[in-house]
Amino acid sequence: MRYIPNSPDERRSMLQDIGRARIEDLFEQIPEKLRLNEPVGVGAPVSEPDLVAYFRELAAHNATDYQSFLGAGAYSHFIPVIIDPLISRSEFFTAYTPYQPELSQGTLQYIFEFQTMICQLTGMEVANASLYDGSTGLAEAVLMANRVTRRDHFIIADTVHPQYREVVESYTKNLGLKIDYAPHTEAGTIDPASLQIDKTTAAVVVQSPNFFGSIEDLTMLAEAAHQAGALLVVAITEPMSLGVLKSPGACGADIVVAEGQSFGIPLSYGGPYCGLFATLEKYIRQMPGRLVGEAYDHDGRRGYVLTLSTREQHIRREKATSNICTNQGLFALMATIYLATMGRRGVQEVARQNLQKAHYAAARIAGLDGFSLKISAPFFNEFVVACPRPATEVMQALLDKKIIGGVALANYYPEMSDALLVCVTETARKSAIDDLVSALAG
Amino acid sequence: MANTPEDLSYTKDHEWVRVRGEQATIGITDHAQNQLGDVVYVELPKVGEKFEVTEPFGSVESVKAVSEIYMPLTGSVVEVNEKLNDAPELVNADPYGDGWMIVIKMDNPAQVDGLLNSAEYEDYIKEEASE
Repeated sequence: MRYIPNSPDERRSMLQDIGRARIEDLFEQIPEKLRLNEPVGVGAPVSEPDLVAYFRELAAHNATDYQSFLGAGAYSHFIPVIIDPLISRSEFFTAYTPYQPELSQGTLQYIFEFQTMICQLTGMEVANASLYDGSTGLAEAVLMANRVTRRDHFIIADTVHPQYREVVESYTKNLGLKIDYAPHTEAGTIDPASLQIDKTTAAVVVQSPNFFGSIEDLTMLAEAAHQAGALLVVAITEPMSLGVLKSPGACGADIVVAEGQSFGIPLSYGGPYCGLFATLEKYIRQMPGRLVGEAYDHDGRRGYVLTLSTREQHIRREKATSNICTNQGLFALMATIYLATMGRRGVQEVARQNLQKAHYAAARIAGLDGFSLKISAPFFNEFVVACPRPATEVMQALLDKKIIGGVALANYYPEMSDALLVCVTETARKSAIDDLVSALAG
Repeated sequence: MANTPEDLSYTKDHEWVRVRGEQATIGITDHAQNQLGDVVYVELPKVGEKFEVTEPFGSVESVKAVSEIYMPLTGSVVEVNEKLNDAPELVNADPYGDGWMIVIKMDNPAQVDGLLNSAEYEDYIKEEASE
């Protein structure tokens, strides 16, 4: 028992001091029937080689030779090899912002560069050092809009990722906010006629490209929100789209949140990922999360500091703007290295490849007998296919040919049983797209 | 030694009050600004908002900390010092003048009698310092 740092004698003496006979007596508050009265069922000890062999065998069951067209919030993108060796350097290899941050100038510098690149991508004025992921970022954006406007009515497009909407609901359940969901039109974008924005509305919340892959008219939505003194909150699950789309900032967004996974972060079965969060400078004191600023020392040398910490929990306690007091340091570093490696032109090139491959796939599928595009709005790398049979059946047939065809939208929108959400990124070769098309043709 | 003008009323939370008819101007004291250090941001309410006595109506942020500012009296905000948005340092430079924060219309002017006068406030900060 080498991991137990005290001897049986010491334990006996400690129990004696507190007047208990057995360690089990410490758990008397837990009802007897809830206690485990036998050893934890992990089996007998195994040697390390046997353990490695066991896990190799398990890993062999993973389906690694399937072609996937899954998107819906998590995107398959090429990850440059440079990322792993760089993040593994001992100076960088921690998920945490250090407790004496100014000592770690390298960490603060990459976070500052991360914030700068997120501002450039989103067209916003300030970005924080990252949040947990896109969905919790959106919940934080809703809370922030509530603080900024001191209003409590929210209009959320029903084309915002269903799981993001659930996270927002969990975060705000007991805060007395009023959330209305705005329906979408045939085109697959928010219905402007349905927007009941009034003097109590804190924000209009949209996703673009939205859950159907459709691009929303952010400029129109920003104008509509601002006319009533409300904010426009934009969520982005696929920020690679910013390589070809006009930035939300240029469209008039007040808060932009995004899932950063697309930038060099592995899919990893859905997480952990990295939330991107950006806003306008006038709202900076209501922004959640850590913030790195550039400063100059006594001798005029450039340095980096954690700034505006007075908003944060460790200083402001229960009055903090948010209980987010950390960031996704390591994943923000991966995104920083990805963006620095690709550069402006590289991101634009990846985005263009996504756009072209997805549009090639959409056109070929729409040309098949019985198939069509269900939604007419412009899209980036995801689109909704109307199938001649229930989408779940179509997907099953594809699975038999080792193709994961996409996401059946009926899971989230019960009225859309024929709808298949297909995502095509730069990692899908032309031959893989052609295989998907022939498999669909039967 | 902090400056505590005799024509003002004070609270133990270090706000000052200048009463004119039904209205009262409110700010933080010279002692308070001195304790906080350089003020970098002042968060104030909107005109029309109503607060109960002792309720926080805003906050003062210095380089080290954020402190709530509490209502010395119950009332509705009729004016806010917009100059503090761009020049929060006025709170340090002139706490009883250009550094004022809000003007309220009092609900119950009798509450003024419960505030400290300058001598009482000076005693109070001496007492606080000796603790």
